[in-house]
Amino acid sequence: MSRAKIEISGLSKSFGSKKVLRSLDLDVPEGQSVVVIGGSGTGKSVLLKCVLGLMEPDAGSIRIDGEEMVGASRLTVEQLRRKFGMLFQGAALFDSIPVWENVTFGLLATGRIERRDAREKAVETLARVGLPAETANLFPAELSGGMQKRVGLARAIAAEPEIIFFDEPTTGLDPIMADVINDLIRDCVKELGATALSITHDMASVRKIADRVAMLYDGRIIWEGPVADIENSGNAYVDQFIHGHAHGPIQFGQPARSA
Amino acid sequence: MINPFRIVGHGVLGACETVGEIVLFAFRAVARGLAGPYYLHQIWRQMVDIGYYSLPVVGLTAIFTGMVLALQSYTGFSRFEAESAIATIVVLSMTRELGPVLAGLMVAGRVGASMAAELGTMRVTEQIDALSTLSTDPMKYLIFPRLLAGMLMLPLLVLIADVIGVMGGYLVGVFKLGFGPVEYINRTFEFLQAEDVISGLVKAAVFGFLVALMGCYQGYNSGRGAQGVGTATTRAVVSASILILTANYIVTEIFFSR
Repeated sequence: MSRAKIEISGLSKSFGSKKVLRSLDLDVPEGQSVVVIGGSGTGKSVLLKCVLGLMEPDAGSIRIDGEEMVGASRLTVEQLRRKFGMLFQGAALFDSIPVWENVTFGLLATGRIERRDAREKAVETLARVGLPAETANLFPAELSGGMQKRVGLARAIAAEPEIIFFDEPTTGLDPIMADVINDLIRDCVKELGATALSITHDMASVRKIADRVAMLYDGRIIWEGPVADIENSGNAYVDQFIHGHAHGPIQFGQPARSA
Repeated sequence: MINPFRIVGHGVLGACETVGEIVLFAFRAVARGLAGPYYLHQIWRQMVDIGYYSLPVVGLTAIFTGMVLALQSYTGFSRFEAESAIATIVVLSMTRELGPVLAGLMVAGRVGASMAAELGTMRVTEQIDALSTLSTDPMKYLIFPRLLAGMLMLPLLVLIADVIGVMGGYLVGVFKLGFGPVEYINRTFEFLQAEDVISGLVKAAVFGFLVALMGCYQGYNSGRGAQGVGTATTRAVVSASILILTANYIVTEIFFSR
């Protein structure tokens, strides 16, 4: 396995008395797509926010290319974020500016592109996610949910990041559009040669975009392996989750202590 | 059993914590904003939103306040034959007190609420998180332009409100109460000093900062969902209004002691 692009070790995060992450360990190998699966409220989004530097963990370490992110200065975190692209669950497009400005926002903010060249770059990036040039002048409110996701993806890849994060990329989309987004994610990540870390509970998405899968339960990664092994994980929790059975070791309100 | 000391203590500690958070929020926004880069487009947009779009509501408030002031002063002052002081009363009341306070409260209702709702929605829809991931500090991009615009535009609005308020008094004084136009204008400027106007403008700058600060703080820290945004909006208007009235006394006291 190639070297780890993201190394997470001993990551803990609590909200009051609720322990969401309990000394979580996870490595994301360079150039691979790792998908973290888990039920609602298991801490997937908290994990992602900690890695993005949007939330300060209580303990543990997050290293990006060997550089520590937890407790780092604001400047270091900002420098590390330049390697990131992120597709948010609801796309999180800025509704006061047109699509082309949304797509090139990161490039303009960091001075990596001149304003006069931004529109052309946006049109080019929109084409990569299958959107016509006319979309560039629209405002986010004028787009359908699927188009918003595509624009969000275009914004995530516009700066050709080394690492791309996907937060529930297919939530709220019909199955066909979800498959289109999955294909786009797969293609974009491969084209860029980027490392990807996604969180989802959509198994169709997992099977399409993952190289490796990690299951988060009770604040820890309880199983991790190649996507091809997920059907034969030998883990009762994983089996229950991927087949969506109501009965099994995962009980609502009764988190297990060991896998 | 209910322990009153515990309830009071909890309330006091909670209030202290909130005040501390607001002060730190303001400090962080100003310090980071001043360090640049400056988002001039954002600053301009906020200046237009706060200054230009608040003009109708502030203007209407000012003209009717000036008119009422003239009428009420006449009713009271005619009892001891001091009607000639009406123009002075109108101009001093408008410039020193009513212009800044009423404009501040109107802007708190219009702009403070809209800032809290906009930022709250941005928080709920993860747009603020998105800004951070795109190497843009939300403090510099969202908060500082609003604070700066609030501080710059409210004095301008108050200056206009002062003029419109005096004009309202003039209309009532001349066309209803029978004062001569020249006499009314002369009386208006007879006892007016630069400090009267300046103290009002200083108040306006403080109020503008407070309105923007409360709108930004409440919106930025908004809770989840529609209810969270609604609560943030209400809190922004209520807290800004209370702070305006409190700061009004403090600034008046400072000018009064000089």
